Amino acid sequence: MMNVDEVATMVEVEEEPAKRKKIVPGKTVNSSKWRAIWEKIIEIFFFLCASTAVISVIVITIYIFAQGTPAILKIGPLKFVLGKLWRPEAEIFGVLPMIIGSIYATLGAIIIGVPIGIFTAIFLSELAPGWLIKIVRPAVELLAGIPSVIYGFFGLVIIVPLIEDKLNVSAGNSLLAASIILGIMILPTVVSISEAAIRAVPQSYKEGSLAMGASHIQTIFKVILPAARSGILAAVVLGIGRAVGETMAVILVAGNAPMMPKALTGPIRTLTANIAIEMGYAYGLHREALFGSGVILFIFIMMLNIILNVSTYKAGE
Amino acid sequence: MYLLIRQVNNVNMRKTIDHLLNCKMLGKFFSKFSMRKTIDHLLTTCIWISSFVTVGVLAWILLHVLLNGIGHINWEFLSTAAKGHEGGILPMIVSTVAVVLVAVGISTPIGVCAAIYLVEYAKPGKVVRAIRFATETLAGIPSIIYGMFGMIFFVNLLKLGFSILAGAVTLSIMVLPTIVRTTEEALKAVPIGFKEGSLALGASKLRTISRVILPSAIPGILAAIILSIGRIVGETAALYFTAGTVPRMPTAIMDSARTLSVHLYLLVYEGISFEKAYATATVLVVVVALINFMANRMVMVFKKH
Repeated sequence: MMNVDEVATMVEVEEEPAKRKKIVPGKTVNSSKWRAIWEKIIEIFFFLCASTAVISVIVITIYIFAQGTPAILKIGPLKFVLGKLWRPEAEIFGVLPMIIGSIYATLGAIIIGVPIGIFTAIFLSELAPGWLIKIVRPAVELLAGIPSVIYGFFGLVIIVPLIEDKLNVSAGNSLLAASIILGIMILPTVVSISEAAIRAVPQSYKEGSLAMGASHIQTIFKVILPAARSGILAAVVLGIGRAVGETMAVILVAGNAPMMPKALTGPIRTLTANIAIEMGYAYGLHREALFGSGVILFIFIMMLNIILNVSTYKAGE
Repeated sequence: MYLLIRQVNNVNMRKTIDHLLNCKMLGKFFSKFSMRKTIDHLLTTCIWISSFVTVGVLAWILLHVLLNGIGHINWEFLSTAAKGHEGGILPMIVSTVAVVLVAVGISTPIGVCAAIYLVEYAKPGKVVRAIRFATETLAGIPSIIYGMFGMIFFVNLLKLGFSILAGAVTLSIMVLPTIVRTTEEALKAVPIGFKEGSLALGASKLRTISRVILPSAIPGILAAIILSIGRIVGETAALYFTAGTVPRMPTAIMDSARTLSVHLYLLVYEGISFEKAYATATVLVVVVALINFMANRMVMVFKKH
């Protein structure tokens, strides 16, 4: 790219005016003072830009809670969180079915996505020959880039009919379909972060284990994976975050009946789907209750974030 | 004599026992060894199958969408407006481009400056930790929460209404972490010699940043922008509640608009037309693949330093 000579000439050109000013000593002091102030102003500007993230988080938290908590308090926090019925037309608002739905769908996604993801990460970092890495890694990256609505669409036209066919159920829009789609969707997150964690394990661990006579696979599972566990944990937590927060893909495949999930092939409605489906026409307490489900979702995500931060912080030490 | 025989016998017996024991140990060793081999083989197979599944799923999705969609794409589809079941996706393409431009236009300067602060100015401490925590948190917030927030704050409170501007501002917060992180990586990848050389020549810190560090970090910043574009193009939930779903050609930034992803969602969710859905999905997949390819190229360029 750019070599040092080029850099040097660029800087020289920039410094010419300063040389000229040196003829008048008083002015130099003045201009350098101004320059210092200018630099300080710019630094403060950069700092303000950096604090945008902090401000955004604070404002988002405040507004979501401000809109959601009144309804929760009006309905009664316990009644809202533990209520098993969601009947907006009768003003009965219990989000437990949606909470359970979100948890089940996420669990399903983890069961499907995490083992495949970690194995793929192992493949990429330890086993794959170079030419295969060149195929698998871009594939994982592309998987991460595909819009969620396309996953939902794919699930609706492929996975749902497949479930209807193979398992002989009338409607394939189900917990199972949602778990499969979410499992695929968390794959790239799990793969890329686990792979980075595995690659970060010092080479000497591996060499030591191999020198003691352990096979490559034994080394991977007994030495490398345990050493990379905090990174892999972070990968799983991020995957959970993605699965909990996913909306459109889940709506298209999950059936969305607001009742307690009963079977693997039965319909579920997640917290996110609850908001997205009903927000369009809701008003009054119903609308506020939807913001209430948003608050529950937000609390979930914040807890995940804190877990993630604590675990990566520990790993950094 | 008798004693001697007994002794020999004893020795023999001991040898036999030793031999037996040895055999047992050896057998155990061998069985353990072969079991270990079986487990090794099993796990290796699992690893290969998993990777195959990962790639296979991607290939399946892409092929299914492309094969079913490519036949429905023609010039008319790309260049006309939608009329119920008929017509094309031109307004959605224009809306998507508009949302991308405004969102990236807001997010890039803020994100790049934030990254400069984090890399060049900030001293490790509570402030930096707070900023990093906030960035991580923003990256983890689901898009539906952004949608809700955007609706409460930008659409209703700031009275932007369902509009391109409201959607774009919401998304600019959403992609901020992507831009900050990727730019940070790029800034850190600039060789320290560049910076030291410039400072040693008497350039001020600001000048060093603007004339030396930023120009060499441009590929990384471009990668950040391209990645953000990818996220915006694929976004549905956040735009659904902020930019609205009007399938008309937008004429101003305050118009409500429907992006490609939202369009695809509505086509599928309301079961309007699966043919159009496949065609729209194909356009989306192709765009996303192109974006991905470009972002990869850029990352490669800045990693080469």
